[in-house]
Amino acid sequence: MNETFKNHVYQALNKGLRLDGRKKEDFREITIETGVISTAEGSARVKCGDTEVIAGIKLSLGTPYSDTPNDGVLSTNTELLPLSNPDFEGGPPRIDAIEVARVIDRAIREGKAIDTKKLCVEKGEKVWMVNMDVLPINMDGNLIDVGALACIAALKNTKFPEVVDGKVDYKHLSKKSLPVNALPIEITVVKIKDNFIVDPTQTEEKILDSRLTVGVLEDETICALQKGGDQPLTQKDVDFMVDLAIKKSKELRKLL
Amino acid sequence: MSKLLVKDKDIIVPGQVVAEGMDYLPSHGTYRKDDRIIADRLALVMIDGKVIKSLPLTGAYVPKRNDVVIGRVMDILMSGWRIDINSAYSAVLPLQDASFDYIKKGDNLTRYFDLDDYVVTKITNVTSQKLVDVSMKAPGLKKLQGGRIIKVNTHKVPRIIGKQGTMVSMIKDATGCRITVGQNGLIWLNGEPEQEILAVKAIRKVEDEAHIQGLTDRIKDFLDKNKISMKEEKVEEKQDKDEQLKEENVEQKQDKGEQNEL
Amino acid sequence: MSYKKRLDGRGFDETRPIEAKAGVIHKANGSGYFKIGNTVAYAAVYGPREMFPRSQQNPKKGVLRCNYNMMPFSGAGDRVRPGPSRRSKEISYVTEKALLPVVDLSDYPNAVVDVFIELPQTDAGSRCAGICAASIALADAGIRMRDMIAAVSVGKVDDKLVVDLDYAEEAYEGGDVADIPVAMVPSTGEITLLQGDGLIKKEDLKNALELVKKPLQKIAEIQRKALIESYNLELKGDKK
Repeated sequence: MNETFKNHVYQALNKGLRLDGRKKEDFREITIETGVISTAEGSARVKCGDTEVIAGIKLSLGTPYSDTPNDGVLSTNTELLPLSNPDFEGGPPRIDAIEVARVIDRAIREGKAIDTKKLCVEKGEKVWMVNMDVLPINMDGNLIDVGALACIAALKNTKFPEVVDGKVDYKHLSKKSLPVNALPIEITVVKIKDNFIVDPTQTEEKILDSRLTVGVLEDETICALQKGGDQPLTQKDVDFMVDLAIKKSKELRKLL
Repeated sequence: MSKLLVKDKDIIVPGQVVAEGMDYLPSHGTYRKDDRIIADRLALVMIDGKVIKSLPLTGAYVPKRNDVVIGRVMDILMSGWRIDINSAYSAVLPLQDASFDYIKKGDNLTRYFDLDDYVVTKITNVTSQKLVDVSMKAPGLKKLQGGRIIKVNTHKVPRIIGKQGTMVSMIKDATGCRITVGQNGLIWLNGEPEQEILAVKAIRKVEDEAHIQGLTDRIKDFLDKNKISMKEEKVEEKQDKDEQLKEENVEQKQDKGEQNEL
Repeated sequence: MSYKKRLDGRGFDETRPIEAKAGVIHKANGSGYFKIGNTVAYAAVYGPREMFPRSQQNPKKGVLRCNYNMMPFSGAGDRVRPGPSRRSKEISYVTEKALLPVVDLSDYPNAVVDVFIELPQTDAGSRCAGICAASIALADAGIRMRDMIAAVSVGKVDDKLVVDLDYAEEAYEGGDVADIPVAMVPSTGEITLLQGDGLIKKEDLKNALELVKKPLQKIAEIQRKALIESYNLELKGDKK
């Protein structure tokens, strides 16, 4: 990235402005729609400025892991669809896509968003597997926060399919919702020089020095962390970023 | 009897029958199939007597000789630079066309243009296989320092520039920004942050509404309505400065804190 | 046995409800959205851009490269494993062939025009919906095309010829079912995609290809309208 261009961004940030006219702590406008995919058991579409993500939940019956015979299985997958951005290439998910999926997964798993015990059908034999796929249609930055929000909205929207003779009947959804216990919200705070911003665009992501994603529960408990970017953070930075993330998580939570 | 099936400046789409009969002649963006004239791209139709022309509404930039474009240095070669000109085809800036000064072969070329530098450059040649040469040897061609680059629809560039540069001048005057428009759909802007944001919004508005009549008046209204006057600007600047000062104080404290910990 | 009335009550030559849009993917050079019944397709066009790997460059003209993909949650049954399958590769391939006859890439030697098709939700007819969305996206990207490409399936359920089969009809158990996806150049009637799945007599095939012409013309009109409307919307959107 061009150094003089970076300086230009710093100059604007020093005046409290970002290139798109937002203030440092502003999110772009967010809209959430749920139940947008008829073939999924739960789904949501979240738009945040020019970033648009679809999350779809598929449930299936499978065998639990032997060390957790009473628990359902969660798995999260993200692909950076080349449809959504010219920088993305086809092929198997690369490390950036894997990171997004794992950080979203972390907040949901560690925040105990789903009561996995309630997904047990037959101890050690049969449990519900929850497959979460988070895919961008339009990509202009902040995929983790937008993806996590879509994923949580989709989980809230998920209904179990009927089971007939031990087999899943995907044609008929029951009225029973997925046991959603908690709603973790992830907020990524980006550090550019001495400025902290939220909801970065792709351009801002390209010049960031470091970032910290914080998964936050309703009572302000932190359930997931991920530090990214090439530059280190001081402890003061972390304190500030966590406070900002908690503050912003309250705003996003209201949208759910 | 020949029959025209569209009005001047209608949007036409591929496969649309634009005219019937042999009296009309197809030109850019249309073709004849038997006694019909059919559109072959998304465009604004221009009826010029009996000739049916069109102005494309979208599409990637295709390099043309004598276009002044904005490019980014993507690689440094043995005897020149490779320049990304926002097209499927990159351009080469040969040593002898890079400067009015003599550049010796084997010189450190980054002294002139480094990777990721942006330049305003002129296309001097395009071959049939789209090998593109550019030059810096003409008035107004230069390396761009600071500012930002935005990407716009190439086909809207003439409207963004306006007749004799009137549109871009209007935006420059209203915002105090320096603006350079490349024929390849890259625009460089440099100004006060809030003014620059307004200038970008105005350019986006031109881009979105270029095909709708009354553009100049709408942009003028838009700039008048949103103009950040000098007075307001000063107040805002003062507030910003106060905030900045506060932030700086905090940061200084933070810095001290770090030092203490160290 | 006789198939007297379609399972969802449609006329035999009637498609499911269609919705089409252009310009839905902001960072693409062109994009399209095509919904037919419960099947939804997005398409984005990137390019002409530099072709990698270089060995696939064509010095005579640009290359059209299509990629069809079903999202993991888009199937009516089990989750679809992400990544290319034999099925998706074949569909990508025939999609390319379906679009190529109208697309003129002679201005772009050595370059590539990438078309990415994503299906978030399917209920049969996904390759045809993908082709319809891709055609909108190519036009929206300003690519020269002598016509749109419209696509829909036609076929036979028991004793009746029908247009635009859905999953329920494909799974009809009261008699033989043939499913024939067709893509056509609407202005000339040239066929650019023809696949057949199931048993059908040659007379029936002939009649089916005749029957599908009108619905395809209608689809092409919907595609063209979507392109024009995307430009009208821009002013409205701004005035808000």
